[in-house]
Amino acid sequence: MSLGTIFVMRHELLLIAAALLVLMAEIFVNPDKRRYISLFSVSLFGVITLIGFIPSPTGSLFGGMYVTSNTILLMKNVLNIGALLVFIQSVTWLKKEENSEKISEYFILLISTLVGMNFMISAGHFLMFYIGIELATIPIAALAAFDRYKNKSAEAGIKLILSSALSSGILLYGLSLIYGTTGTLYFNEVAALFGNNNLQILAFIFFFAGMAFKISIVPFHLWTADVYEGSPVNITSYLSVISKGAAVFILIILLFSVFPEIIATWQKTIYVTAVLTMTIGNLFAIRQQNITRFLAFSSISQAGYILLGFIGGNQLGMASVIYYVLVYIFSNLGAFGVVIAISNSKGRENIEDYNGLYHTNPKLSLIMTLALFSLAGIPPVAGFFGKFFLFTAAAQKGFYLLVLIAVLNTIISLFYYLLVIKAMFINKGENPIEKFRSDFPTRFALGICVAGIVVTGFASILFEVIRNLSFGV
Amino acid sequence: MDILSLFVVIPVLTITAILFLKDARHVRLVSAFGMGLQLVLAAILVYLYLSARHSGNIAEMLFVKDYLWYKSLNIHYAVGVDGISVAMIALTSLVVFAGIFASWEVEFLKKEFFISLILLASGVFGFFISIDLFTMFLFYELAVIPMYLLIGIWGSGPKEYSAMKLTLMLMGGSALLLVGLLGIYFNSSPNGGQLTFNILEISKVAIPLPAQRLFFPLTFVGFGVLGALFPFHTWSPDGHASAPTAVSMLHAGVLMKLGGYGAFRVAIFLMPEAAQELSWIFIILTSISVVYGAFGAIAQKDLKYINAYSSVSHCGLVLFAVLMMNKTAMNGAILQMISHGLMTALFFALIGMLYGRTHTRMINEMGGLMKVIPFLSVCYVIAGLASLGLPGLSGFVAEMTIFVGAFQHPELFYRIVTILAVSSIVITAVYILRVVATLLLGPTTNEHHNHITDAKWFEKISVVTLIGAVAAIGLAPFWLSTMIGTSLQPIVNKIIALNPF
Repeated sequence: MSLGTIFVMRHELLLIAAALLVLMAEIFVNPDKRRYISLFSVSLFGVITLIGFIPSPTGSLFGGMYVTSNTILLMKNVLNIGALLVFIQSVTWLKKEENSEKISEYFILLISTLVGMNFMISAGHFLMFYIGIELATIPIAALAAFDRYKNKSAEAGIKLILSSALSSGILLYGLSLIYGTTGTLYFNEVAALFGNNNLQILAFIFFFAGMAFKISIVPFHLWTADVYEGSPVNITSYLSVISKGAAVFILIILLFSVFPEIIATWQKTIYVTAVLTMTIGNLFAIRQQNITRFLAFSSISQAGYILLGFIGGNQLGMASVIYYVLVYIFSNLGAFGVVIAISNSKGRENIEDYNGLYHTNPKLSLIMTLALFSLAGIPPVAGFFGKFFLFTAAAQKGFYLLVLIAVLNTIISLFYYLLVIKAMFINKGENPIEKFRSDFPTRFALGICVAGIVVTGFASILFEVIRNLSFGV
Repeated sequence: MDILSLFVVIPVLTITAILFLKDARHVRLVSAFGMGLQLVLAAILVYLYLSARHSGNIAEMLFVKDYLWYKSLNIHYAVGVDGISVAMIALTSLVVFAGIFASWEVEFLKKEFFISLILLASGVFGFFISIDLFTMFLFYELAVIPMYLLIGIWGSGPKEYSAMKLTLMLMGGSALLLVGLLGIYFNSSPNGGQLTFNILEISKVAIPLPAQRLFFPLTFVGFGVLGALFPFHTWSPDGHASAPTAVSMLHAGVLMKLGGYGAFRVAIFLMPEAAQELSWIFIILTSISVVYGAFGAIAQKDLKYINAYSSVSHCGLVLFAVLMMNKTAMNGAILQMISHGLMTALFFALIGMLYGRTHTRMINEMGGLMKVIPFLSVCYVIAGLASLGLPGLSGFVAEMTIFVGAFQHPELFYRIVTILAVSSIVITAVYILRVVATLLLGPTTNEHHNHITDAKWFEKISVVTLIGAVAAIGLAPFWLSTMIGTSLQPIVNKIIALNPF
């Protein structure tokens, strides 16, 4: 291995370097100039995101433990974009008095989760995959408990760490069964040796259950709502978009490239879990009063729609999943961005508080509307195209009934998204949120989200690029 | 830029202009200018279309433009029109134009109102020019969503409930539709080869019968929900009653026609075998729509509800005629769409104007208005007469053609349901004449209404535009009928090829 080949890991190396630089900054910067750390970290990460788009060599490292391909690079870039948006959205929140001591911790922890996710996606071996998952999860638990003097935040942290420990246990058990039946943990060797014997099916079920925890697929979703509600809103948005997206990416890679032999089995599994996830996520979302809990349940149902891209095992499916995650990043972060802006300046997080928002803050309500329409899949915004491609991918393999169930679910989701829109536009607020002007980072992040929501659908080139890099079973 | 895309571009430009307008007082002027331009454009389109046909251009669709959009799925932005869509576009631009003037006095969130209204219109225009199922579906949903805000914010009565009910039911219809369209897409090339969303290309292949049996009902019901197919019509009375005037006009006048047009252009045209096989089920449903809607209208006391139920009945007639699958009946269906669109828009405009003056829509609270507001009252009578099918106005031409066509069907079942459907004419006469009698004739019953004023200039523009069109179709139906007829020919040929009668 020459030194040059190490740059195959460019994404990870850059992130690690960034984490170290932020740490150095923390050490060397004068305490009363700490607030510049945010600016430094965000611009550093912006540069990294841009560098990610420069074509890079692909290949494998460490004897196949680490592999990367153009598809994987694309996934990493998608995650980087999302993470960058979360970073920008956090700046205002980090300016608060109680966070001033912890700015660099925040960025270091977030970057290390991202490193974990990148290693997870790039894994060529189940051990590497597992290390990646853990690296991606544990710092998040610390972040969930970031407001450590708030009971709910501490509770969210402990709930996240305990439930992910449990899910890791289940996942590991599945992996051990895989190792026991095939004698190897390398993806390509497992793929060749994996078949339909009962023990291997069991191994797959355990593996899937472990992953289902990470993506919060019903019935493994129960941790989601409490953690989402308790965590700081920035972390919630990170959890619901980036963490979920990364887990979705690795799951689809593994299903398509490691478990193609048992496609019939995982199609059944996904069929059932997709229906449950969409329906239960939606039905629970209707009842929520708190807007972050509301978005939490809506994001559960979104995971259900994403599973429709998995089920066909086709190239179109993978393309639509990656595309949808990209769209979902813009839409969900747009919605969260508005929630964050309001929560930062007014500290209000209930749907009732949004009554009459249009009359006081028309721009924020319009952005919220656009984001919610995109989540609901209403044209002409990006969410419509994303959902359409997911459904097309499932229909291509003849899962028409599943598509019908999914589309009917989008109607339910439209109902509760419209409730928020109704609150903003139609309801008369007795105590509406006063007019306020959010600061530059918030507006900048929202601007990117809006541009993403509007442009992604019409710019067909994006989808074509993604599709050309995707593969099927 | 081709002429058809202009129909979407002009509304979008108008919206942009309104968005950046500093002075809210100019909003309606800009809207009226934009939609007036649209009306002129529609007239030009009709002229260009007729002269192209006159010079012997017999292509199925004219002014076809095709831009590849999503290469891997073969999704195109493809537009093209035949006589039917030209007629629908002309109808839409008339109704939208009249609708702008009918909402001249909207004050609450004026900008937003006109933006949503024009957005709705651009969806409708886009739908009628599309010949690619994907873009068609996109525009279809685009037309439905602004309804929620339009009814929810500017409506009256139980507006939030009605808006939600309407939106969810229509989106439910589009859910069925989406599955149907995907089914069509994946069967659009049974012999292998490139799948397509293009209607013209799909119409040249035969979709396998089992697939047709599965996807025809989905597509037909999907569009049928918007066309107020029984039992999915319940959104219509509530929605229409709660909506502000212009929205009722647009919705009953144009948006419901999307249902009829789609059922005909997509469901029946692309899957004729299944349509023939299953038509009896839907004929029964539409007959129920026709008769039940008419009876429902008799029982109502609120003017808007009367009209909403009457729309259920008349739109049921459209679907009924389309399902008869012969040229005369289909010709009648298209005529009925246009005639009903104009007439019902006129009705809703007048009801809105009456309500603005009397602050009630209950017929028993008004009376003898003819003496006080003669202009509006006479217009109301004209609309009523058009609705009950008086010769000389558009309703007669349409219904006559439908029933003649429907009765041509050789099977007894079809003739019996035709006779049943014909009975709706009588029932229509009952409720129309009853309203005219109590509302307009006789002595003034409510002295508060003695001093109300007659139509203002902008109201007159709105009403006269529509009445002019209704009378023009009624007096000289042939140019329209020929325009539709020639375009129907290829469609009918395709149907007759498989089952001549």
